[in-house]
Amino acid sequence: MSEVAEKVKSIVAEQLGVKMEEVKEDAKFIDDLGADSLDTVELVMALEEEFGAEIPDEDAEKLTTVGEAIKYVTEKAAKE
Amino acid sequence: MKLENKVAMITGAARGIGKHIAMLFAGEGADLAICDVNEGTLDATKAEIESAGGRKVLTGKIDVTSTREVEDFVKKILDNFGSLDILVNNAGITRDNIVLRMSEQEWDAVLDVNLKGAFNCIKAVARPMMKSRSGRIVNMASIIGLMGNAGQANYSASKGGLIALTKSVAKELGSRNINVNAIAPGFIQTDMTDKLTDEAKQKLLGVIPLGRMGNTQDVAKLALFLASDDSAYITGQVVQVDGGMVM
Repeated sequence: MSEVAEKVKSIVAEQLGVKMEEVKEDAKFIDDLGADSLDTVELVMALEEEFGAEIPDEDAEKLTTVGEAIKYVTEKAAKE
Repeated sequence: MKLENKVAMITGAARGIGKHIAMLFAGEGADLAICDVNEGTLDATKAEIESAGGRKVLTGKIDVTSTREVEDFVKKILDNFGSLDILVNNAGITRDNIVLRMSEQEWDAVLDVNLKGAFNCIKAVARPMMKSRSGRIVNMASIIGLMGNAGQANYSASKGGLIALTKSVAKELGSRNINVNAIAPGFIQTDMTDKLTDEAKQKLLGVIPLGRMGNTQDVAKLALFLASDDSAYITGQVVQVDGGMVM
């Protein structure tokens, strides 16, 4: 697993208060990991802080699974 | 001191109710970020607050209808003070007319400042408040938003909307320990009510059980209560400061 993926997963686990092993790539934040809509906003805030990138609302709304978040952050890092 | 080392952002703070809230909050130990469209008066208010006590005052010539200007100001507050604990959405205007003569411009101007302005500020402060798991938002509504008023369809709609906004945001942000309440002032002595005709004033005084106009201090003291830890278990409420005018 890439370093970015590992970091994203640990942020998800910490923010949503779930165990690392539950944070699978196909896990949905709301349906599988018990997040509510405010949790997803806070998750994005935490990702922004960790990776020093701004994630616009229109992009943030599309990040519904762990895998999507990893892909987004990885691509964003590659662009910069 | 009820607001020791808290940071409060107050809109429409150059004069009237906003100015008195700013002065009272500074006296209770808060650092202030005050904004207004009227830069000259705002600077005078800043000077007055600073000469009264040692609190820091950041000013911004901000049009609250501009999402961008509001976001930039909040960023500046966080850069300067490191936190933002209290927001008082006080900026408000009137453009009175009967519905039949009210222009689209008069309608839009009032809704933009009084309602959209509050939304912009709430949205901008919500993230830092969520992060710190605490926050107080006080929205300056009006008794007119509860009772309606002939000649003030735009103003009453904006204030009624602000009351509904207060309740929705209180529900959305409650889990993050952010309290959101509204104040509904009645007939308060300010430049805004000075514009009323003597006849209108007499008529209003006749329906106030306490028999007098309120003053800005009456409102500021409630704002202080709602911004302080004294009101920790109160959210989503509309508190009237109206001398009993509407019951």
